[in-house]
Amino acid sequence: MNGRIHSIESFGTVDGPGIRLVVFMQGCPMRCIYCHNPDTWLIDGGKSVSAEEIILEYEKYKEFLKNGGITVTGGEPLMQIEFVTEVFRLAKEKNIHTCLDTSGITFTSDNTEKFDSLMKYTDLVLLDIKHINSSVHKKLTGFDNENILSFARYLTEKEIPVWIRHVVVPEYTDREDDLISLGKFLSSMKNLKALDVLPYHDMGIAKYEKLGLDYPLKNVPPLSKENAVKARDTIMQGIRLGLNELHQ
Amino acid sequence: MSNVMQKEWLGFNEGRWSNGSINVRDFILKNYTEYDGDASFLTPPTEATKKLWAMVTELSEKERENGGVLDMDTKIISTITSHGPGYLDKNLEKIVGFQTDKPFKRSLQPFGGIRMAQNACAQNGYEVDPSVVEIFTKYRKTHNQGVFDAYTPEMRLARKSAIITGLPDAYGRGRIIGDYRRVALYGIDKLIEDKKHQIDTSLVRMTSKNIRLREELAEQVRALEELRELGEIYGFDISRPAANAQEAVQWLYFGYLAAVKEQNGAAMSLGRTSTFLDIYIERDLRNGVITEQQAQEYIDHFIMKLRLVKFARTPEYNELFSGDPTWVTESIGGVSVDGRPMVTKNSFRYIHTLDNLGSAPEPNMTVLWSTKLPRNFKEYCAEMSIKSSSIQYENDDLMRVTHGDDYAIACCVSSMRIGKEMQFFGARANLAKCLLYAINGGIDERLKIQVGPRYRMVEGDYLDYDDVMEKYDAMMEWLAGLYVNTLNVIHYMHDKYCYEKLQMALHDRDVKRYFATGIAGLSVVADSLSAIKYAKVKCIRDEDGIVVDYEVEGDFPKYGNNDDRVDSIAVNLVRSFMDKIRKHHTYRDGVPTMSILTITSNVVYGKKTGNTPDGRKMGVPLAPGANPMHGRDTHGAAASLSSVAKLPFRHAQDGISNTFSIIPDALGKDNAVFMGDIDLDMLRENDNE
Repeated sequence: MNGRIHSIESFGTVDGPGIRLVVFMQGCPMRCIYCHNPDTWLIDGGKSVSAEEIILEYEKYKEFLKNGGITVTGGEPLMQIEFVTEVFRLAKEKNIHTCLDTSGITFTSDNTEKFDSLMKYTDLVLLDIKHINSSVHKKLTGFDNENILSFARYLTEKEIPVWIRHVVVPEYTDREDDLISLGKFLSSMKNLKALDVLPYHDMGIAKYEKLGLDYPLKNVPPLSKENAVKARDTIMQGIRLGLNELHQ
Repeated sequence: MSNVMQKEWLGFNEGRWSNGSINVRDFILKNYTEYDGDASFLTPPTEATKKLWAMVTELSEKERENGGVLDMDTKIISTITSHGPGYLDKNLEKIVGFQTDKPFKRSLQPFGGIRMAQNACAQNGYEVDPSVVEIFTKYRKTHNQGVFDAYTPEMRLARKSAIITGLPDAYGRGRIIGDYRRVALYGIDKLIEDKKHQIDTSLVRMTSKNIRLREELAEQVRALEELRELGEIYGFDISRPAANAQEAVQWLYFGYLAAVKEQNGAAMSLGRTSTFLDIYIERDLRNGVITEQQAQEYIDHFIMKLRLVKFARTPEYNELFSGDPTWVTESIGGVSVDGRPMVTKNSFRYIHTLDNLGSAPEPNMTVLWSTKLPRNFKEYCAEMSIKSSSIQYENDDLMRVTHGDDYAIACCVSSMRIGKEMQFFGARANLAKCLLYAINGGIDERLKIQVGPRYRMVEGDYLDYDDVMEKYDAMMEWLAGLYVNTLNVIHYMHDKYCYEKLQMALHDRDVKRYFATGIAGLSVVADSLSAIKYAKVKCIRDEDGIVVDYEVEGDFPKYGNNDDRVDSIAVNLVRSFMDKIRKHHTYRDGVPTMSILTITSNVVYGKKTGNTPDGRKMGVPLAPGANPMHGRDTHGAAASLSSVAKLPFRHAQDGISNTFSIIPDALGKDNAVFMGDIDLDMLRENDNE
């Protein structure tokens, strides 16, 4: 089976545990205003490769990757869910750790068949929750967050380990009450293993210029590490509050 | 020598080392204590250390303000015993000794070349005493003069055009590591006794080879006598072995200090001393004579001294090496031939100086890395690398096979068995320029003069791979011959006029000499040949028909992406040039090796190399060492490293370097931002407390 990918990184260290082969899939339905990979948006961009080729690529770097694994990201990998399932199936045959980095936007709670079969081969999901407030979420990405939150609940039911990622953009996603609400939502996820707060950076600007696109966040400065730590602590506080409410 | 255990050796396990032969390796293997614990035993700097380091910081600041040099000796020619004692603060220093009579004062070392010494002074606003200049112009010949007496016109031209660069013909060659540990373990008297025995058992049929050996051994004895005197200058009797940890560090340092007083070598490396010294520290700790705090203090003060090694050098020299490096390389860790990790507590203490004194490029802490090193040590190294960016790593699993378990690194990658092997350092041949010579029939593309042999130039508008390869092969053949012969001249003269008598006194009599060559521009050539093979490369000629630029039409595989099509070109280049080097006679039967290791000088070499067929423009730096060209490795670090890892160590045994830079954020999650190992049940329990 073939899929369309943007590129492969042979030494990924920030997308899942250990050193990982990171496959950037082509195509994404969302248009997040702070997206730093606009070159992965188009579904017919990139190049076509087979699932077997991905595994071969992993094998080439096995020595580096044996304590890590494969992460499929994008773009939105779930747009090519059959292909990703095939890659993960082959990977599990070889006992390679598999990690899916997704927004969960394509999730359909009424028909989970395809997701069920993907989850059979998935060791870890990195779930990117852009915003806990659905209407703000729509402004940020073009979509409400209903599918995403229901995908999170689905993962909890399935007991799939999850790392939650949250990009903190100054003035857009750094409001304290929103972060508390996000934390409260996360407190119900027994499968939550890590919280990965990503400070907004503007390294995507060059790509927008190259693609002739207007950069939507021209006047937003990158988030400092201190503020990222603060945001993380606020979310953690929300988690504690949520847990307390749950058990009172 | 007697078989009686010296009283200084009480508590050590006996062995061949104590039965008459000089054998430091045997001493280490029979006595060291493996440590697989973590770093929690380490102690912070003492008040004395902090005070001393504050003085150093202040002097460093003054030196910077002064334009890079604080003081220079312009009259006293540096020898092992040339200066009286120098101190920062005699009462605080646990380990003492400076190159001159005070810290930060650079010594005068004219034996490599008087002009270099004069320039180094002049450009820093000093003037060498006229009587010294007169002596070294009229009465005492230098290495530099000797070399230029013997150079052929072709050698001078190759030097001028920079197809051979960085030749140690005006400065000290360095890259020799004396076994400074011998001073501590045996004391000077025993070492002299051993050297005299070597003279007595050397051949008496007076061929020039045997005469030279006898003369050198006599020089070595003299150097050892001077070293003993150096100890006396500082109030120590180092004729006997060191009796405790502090003495062991001090004795060893005197050995090293004598070397840097005598030689201003391009790399003055220390060896592999941490585990050796740990044996003394362990004994003292065991006997309750010292505390961990004291042990750390000795090491801190020792490392402080190593950081203050300074030489008088010219701005051009500093430009070539991007700074003022001394390459005080210390090799740490590794695994013994019988499979035991050689990590001791002292391996930690050395690296811990990066915390206690702050990070610094010198001494060049080099971890001999093996998959078998203890987990705790690996983690400590990683932690300290992240903190200080000051640790170098080398593959012990690879080098142990040829060098055993008592080798060390000279400079940045050159491995040699301590006290048993040395090397003749040999700069680099610029393979990128050589390719341009092949295309232009030996005419230099910048100087527009005939430097190489007048072979046929390429014809036609486009470069043909087979045609270029044939011409390139012939040009490399010429370059290899010229290069080796140039080095033969240099090392002959260095031995004659600037012999490293102290360092060689801390070697066995019959040493193996590596004849080290090097190449620059590997990735440029690999990419250029790949462009010629897989894309189309059009020649652009000047009015004289010399190809001065290239137009690349189409894409081509680039070295650094784990693509065999081009990586195999790089592999073949290394093997092919090394084979050409091997064909030639080498001075003193040196065993030819090759390195791919320009770490900083690639910038200067790039300035002197015209446009290349890979699209690189004139003056753009070559990639350092075996690195892919900047920005051309697009598949991530593992792909880039895999390309480099294909290069055959067998044909580049003097070392392959890859400068790996990565922003910390790309190397993993920041623990401050990333919250891992979340356990909701735990969080709830904590809240209930």
